[in-house]
Amino acid sequence: MLIRVPPSSRALESEVTPESVYLSRRKLMQGSLALAAMAAMPGLASADAQGVYADVEPSKAPGWFDEKLAGARWQAITAKGESITPFKDATHYNNFYEFGTGKGDPAANAGKLQVEPWTVMVDGEVSNPGRYSIEDLVKPHAFEERIYRLRCVEAWSMVIPWLGFPLADLLKQVGPTSAARYVRFETLVDPERMPGQRSGFSLIDWPYVEGLRLDEAMHPLAFMAVGMYGRVLPNQNGAPLRLVVPWKYGFKSIKSIVRISLVSEAPQTTWERIAPNEYGFYANVNPQVDHPRWSQATERRLPSGLFSPNVIDTRMFNGYEEVAGLYTGMDLARYY
Amino acid sequence: MRYRLWRVGVFLAASVPPLYWLYCAVFNLLGPDPGKVLVDNLGLGALILLLITLAMTPLQQLTRWGGWIAVRRQLGLWCFTYVVLHLSGYALFIAGLRVELVLRDLSERPYIIVGALAFIGLLALAVTSNRFSIRKLGRKWKTLHRLVYAILLLALLHMLWVVRADLGEWLAYALIGGALLLMRLSAVAGALQRAGVLFRENPKKIEI
Repeated sequence: MLIRVPPSSRALESEVTPESVYLSRRKLMQGSLALAAMAAMPGLASADAQGVYADVEPSKAPGWFDEKLAGARWQAITAKGESITPFKDATHYNNFYEFGTGKGDPAANAGKLQVEPWTVMVDGEVSNPGRYSIEDLVKPHAFEERIYRLRCVEAWSMVIPWLGFPLADLLKQVGPTSAARYVRFETLVDPERMPGQRSGFSLIDWPYVEGLRLDEAMHPLAFMAVGMYGRVLPNQNGAPLRLVVPWKYGFKSIKSIVRISLVSEAPQTTWERIAPNEYGFYANVNPQVDHPRWSQATERRLPSGLFSPNVIDTRMFNGYEEVAGLYTGMDLARYY
Repeated sequence: MRYRLWRVGVFLAASVPPLYWLYCAVFNLLGPDPGKVLVDNLGLGALILLLITLAMTPLQQLTRWGGWIAVRRQLGLWCFTYVVLHLSGYALFIAGLRVELVLRDLSERPYIIVGALAFIGLLALAVTSNRFSIRKLGRKWKTLHRLVYAILLLALLHMLWVVRADLGEWLAYALIGGALLLMRLSAVAGALQRAGVLFRENPKKIEI
């Protein structure tokens, strides 16, 4: 279990126990008992409990990550009333086809991924193009923690505490020109360490490509993650740098990014190329627009036990209705 | 009953996988989405059992050992059992027992429709797999049970539409299935030839 231990001097004023509570010992004891009971049931820990996550595998993070972690703003965005998915599930049930199509393949095969050193090519319609080291990309931004729902297009979902910074901040750093209308992202190609890229029967034309409209990318909810559960990103979750767009299906949130291009035309994304009738460019979570092969009206919130199946209703934009303004006047059944 | 031990052995072997998966599910060894894993495993298990069932006749022709045919019906019924569990798992874990979801899937989704057709076919074969039906249906029984070839094609199509990005595994099953069907073609041709020869020699020896 990884417990964040901030320096003892770093207590915030808001964390000081109010005098009235301090004086009423009985209430305080009840409160601490409730906290202890919650900590004892990791699966039930509420999403707005303080940043302590149960059963998190410890990890050795690169220097640039540790430097920033100390100043992180915890729980900047929370998911009210949601239970956070256990760390083990979020790291051992993944779609990352570069490492194989099985849900357990990424955890089994991603150990070999080389995440240090890491550079990201920034090109296209930007005023500061070039090859950036991950250190240079991350340095100007303060970390914050955001607890987001993640809805996979396969109709399962999780709730994950990410660490990182807004995508908008990174874009401002590289300076899109007036011609930039879309952002195109690319995942690493490394067949030697990514067995999925060696498969002769794969329908995917590597590298994996994703994209956003520039105004979507600039939306404050669009996020670049470098960590989760208070630690650095595990390789199978897209280390060292990945996108998180909580109102879109999970496949939009591209992992292990090596290239970011600002472009004037909509990029063709990987899944659009494979099955354009099933996966559109927008891929907004939408319970009214079904995948041709399955319903999107409901989702299995994981963990969904065998004797307690957890099938819940899917929400428009995955519950992030504040993005609706990006799509005013658009027929979302046509632009799925 | 002939081949008693062999039959019991096959029975036990076919019952082990679902029991093992149930054990894994109970002890949380299937990950956070055990229902989906069970449904997938049972579906794939049913397809493998169907291929094994279809391999019994060619094996018998090859080896002249009657044991293959002695377990053929049992294996077919195991395939049906896996499919019933696969369907129950889908209704329970994927559709969350919401009837309107199941009905919509059944009316809209090609791979569900194809799967349902394969199930109806298997159901027809399962209910007519007893001795009474064989006697009652006579010649029609054999024609009816040739439906199994169509069921194999439907099952393969059902699986193909589930695969999202890597065709490798599907291709392996499709090749095996194709080979088993091809053996039918040549076997049927061969058997017809032999029957023809026998008929010319002694018409009374013909049995179907």
